[in-house]
Amino acid sequence: MNTVSSQDAAIAATGGASKEYLTFMLGEEQYGLAIIQVKEIRGYEPVTKIANAPDFIKGVINLRGDIVPIIDLRVKFNVSEATYNEFTIVIMLNVQDRIVGIVVDSVSDVINVTEDEIHPPPEFGVAFDSRYLDGLASVDDGLVILVNIERLITSREIGIFDSMNQQNEGSV
Amino acid sequence: MSVDMNQFHTVFFEESQEHLQTMEELLLNISTDDPDAEELNSIFRAAHSIKGGSGIFGFDALTGLTHVMETILDKARNHELDLTTDIVDVLLATTDTLGDILQAYQDESEINWQQIEEGKAALESVLSAEGDESTNAELPPAADTTEDDDSFGFFDDAPGQPEAEMAEEDDDGFGFFDDAPGQPQQATDSDEEDDGFGFFDDAPGQPEAEAAAAETGHDDNDGSFGFFTEPKPAQPIKDEDAYGFFEQEKSSATPAAKAPAKAAKSPAKPPAKAATKNDAGSIRVETTKIDTVVNLVGEMVITQSILSMIGEDVEGNTGEKLNGAIGELSRNIREIQEAVMSMRMIPVSFVFNRFPRLVRDLAKTLDKKIDLIIEGGETEVDKSMIEKLADPLTHLVRNSLDHGIEPLEKRLAAGKPETGTVVLKAEQRGGNILISIQDDGGGLNRDKILEKALSNGLDVDPKMPDEEVWQLIFAPGFSTADAVTDVSGRGVGMDVVRKNIEAIQGGIDIVSVAGQGSTFTIKLPLTLAIIDGMCVSVGSETYIIPLLNIIESLQPKPEQIKTLANDTMLWSRDQYWPLISLREQMQIDEPGKPIENSIIVLVEIGKKRYGIIVDQLLGKQQVVIKSLERHYKKVEGISGATIMGDGKVAMIIDVDNLMKNEQINQVGLA
Repeated sequence: MNTVSSQDAAIAATGGASKEYLTFMLGEEQYGLAIIQVKEIRGYEPVTKIANAPDFIKGVINLRGDIVPIIDLRVKFNVSEATYNEFTIVIMLNVQDRIVGIVVDSVSDVINVTEDEIHPPPEFGVAFDSRYLDGLASVDDGLVILVNIERLITSREIGIFDSMNQQNEGSV
Repeated sequence: MSVDMNQFHTVFFEESQEHLQTMEELLLNISTDDPDAEELNSIFRAAHSIKGGSGIFGFDALTGLTHVMETILDKARNHELDLTTDIVDVLLATTDTLGDILQAYQDESEINWQQIEEGKAALESVLSAEGDESTNAELPPAADTTEDDDSFGFFDDAPGQPEAEMAEEDDDGFGFFDDAPGQPQQATDSDEEDDGFGFFDDAPGQPEAEAAAAETGHDDNDGSFGFFTEPKPAQPIKDEDAYGFFEQEKSSATPAAKAPAKAAKSPAKPPAKAATKNDAGSIRVETTKIDTVVNLVGEMVITQSILSMIGEDVEGNTGEKLNGAIGELSRNIREIQEAVMSMRMIPVSFVFNRFPRLVRDLAKTLDKKIDLIIEGGETEVDKSMIEKLADPLTHLVRNSLDHGIEPLEKRLAAGKPETGTVVLKAEQRGGNILISIQDDGGGLNRDKILEKALSNGLDVDPKMPDEEVWQLIFAPGFSTADAVTDVSGRGVGMDVVRKNIEAIQGGIDIVSVAGQGSTFTIKLPLTLAIIDGMCVSVGSETYIIPLLNIIESLQPKPEQIKTLANDTMLWSRDQYWPLISLREQMQIDEPGKPIENSIIVLVEIGKKRYGIIVDQLLGKQQVVIKSLERHYKKVEGISGATIMGDGKVAMIIDVDNLMKNEQINQVGLA
């Protein structure tokens, strides 16, 4: 699954192609992730817990027959109080041929960002380590932090991909 | 284009594989005294189909070998060569070689030409042995081949210009020209020829082919056969009574009405028959496609059960109608599910079929007389299991032959028939498949096993019941064979056998009576995709414990519970069972009940026995196993997950890993 990298390559080649991002809220911050990785968006539903898993891995759900893990980014990055109600949103992602769901506070929009509009990420002030960020983009209502979600999800920090996959981390 | 060719290659490989299997089966069953004509024909057809296909795809290694094989078979078929066990052995060896070549082509690996040449030489020696005999007996002046009735010419890679019109008017003329140089065989005319055979392998040039066709064909011919592998015959049709089998130009060969029915039927038929066989109501479907359907049906089952739960909430007339419709739906879905599952099932004979050959060869090696009886080969087993069954079964059968059946003298001394019997049987019983290997040999030697177990440092008690003693042979490195043979005795095996069988959710039982033989019974679930599970609850979570591992579930009495240091144990069935709390293992926060109010599920896997403490038993259920590793990763103590009737995920307990060996040992020592 190197859709992202190939797209990056395409952007590099054209020098300023635009890319679509899905923006979502984590606490007060607005984030964006490449929409090409989004499988679907659904409401939060009760999960089945997994023993010996860190607290940000909520458990697994049945996604039409697939047993899919659900990660709560709010817990992971300690950004907002993790409440679960009918408005809680799960973004199902396709990451390296797997499906992973992430819990966020809400999803807001789909935006088009061109290469030129992306600024380097700040070193501080963001919940995510800067190596998981593509950069910052300004939109009408403020800043959007662009997350490299594939790199984040496959990271050792999240730890749901085994070591073989982690080796791919650098190549993404 | 190359992609297309590859597709054909795959089909060719698959079909050839089947042909080889057919050949082997038939060869094993063929009676050398009175070979069944139809069987010989079938073998011939199989060889012929492989030859034809390999010729088209340019797999020359196959073509050459099958060609010689075909020659022998053809002679056998026409009663010109008497089959002997030795010939059958050579033919069997050839099928092996062909299998190897096929594999090599398939893997695109190096072809072992030496093996092929050796195989060819072995086959040819069969032919020449037979040929010499006949020639010497009936045809001293072989050069003057007049008045022969049957003439055979074998031109193998004959260069130059071998004139094909040989051997007319002979009674039985055999000419074997192997790499015949120059200009051999100048046969006279063919007026009185009854059967003229010319075998040309890679015969170069055209004239001889034409000549063969032309000259062998005269009015009085009853049947003349020319086998041209790659000829370029100009007008073979010219001759009405001649048979030309031209691999690539079949259409130009016109079989005549006068032909001996048997001979005519068999060579002409192969392509047609092969085609009908494939068309006969079956198609090849990729397993992944079936798996997709299986998964989708699984989804339907879940959706349907969610629907029926909703249906219960609907009241009144509409509710009644709705529930009626849902009931109908669920029946249909169940039928679809069964139908889909049955698509994955293949007869167990797929593995059984290899054993006649194995037993035959092994019996020879071991110098024993052994009859193999196969029963229930039609019993159907999940395809994925079949693949994994082959190794353990092979091992067990070899064991039965080597260790089970006693040597000849010993059998006679014990008053048994000198031929030992091994029965390989499959049957379906309830939700299980039972596969048993039964021999009428000496049975397992209890004392020897105990002795060996002691010397291996295993924990044994001389008063152990038989069935526990038998289970000892599954310990790693265990072999009571006095001598390490080619066949067995190295002690790596039985533990692997058990591991392999447990890997497909099966178990193995042994019944053995000294002097009467032993029976190994493998018990398998019907399918790997579904297991019988006991649903248990801990707090609000549900877990599945495979029924196969469960010995018993009980509510403990206070006096059964013993605490030693920090470990709790249960006294039951005359032993202490270490206990493990599923609540603690699965890190469930909700507070638990006192142990006396809980349920303990006693489980066993391999040599591990322990009890799992749960809150409640919810009931037995068949569950579809789903992979947790597909999108997540391996979880300690969990073998997979399943989706329950309400759409929720439940974890399936991995009994082998839930409690660590150390934990059990600690308790054991305490």
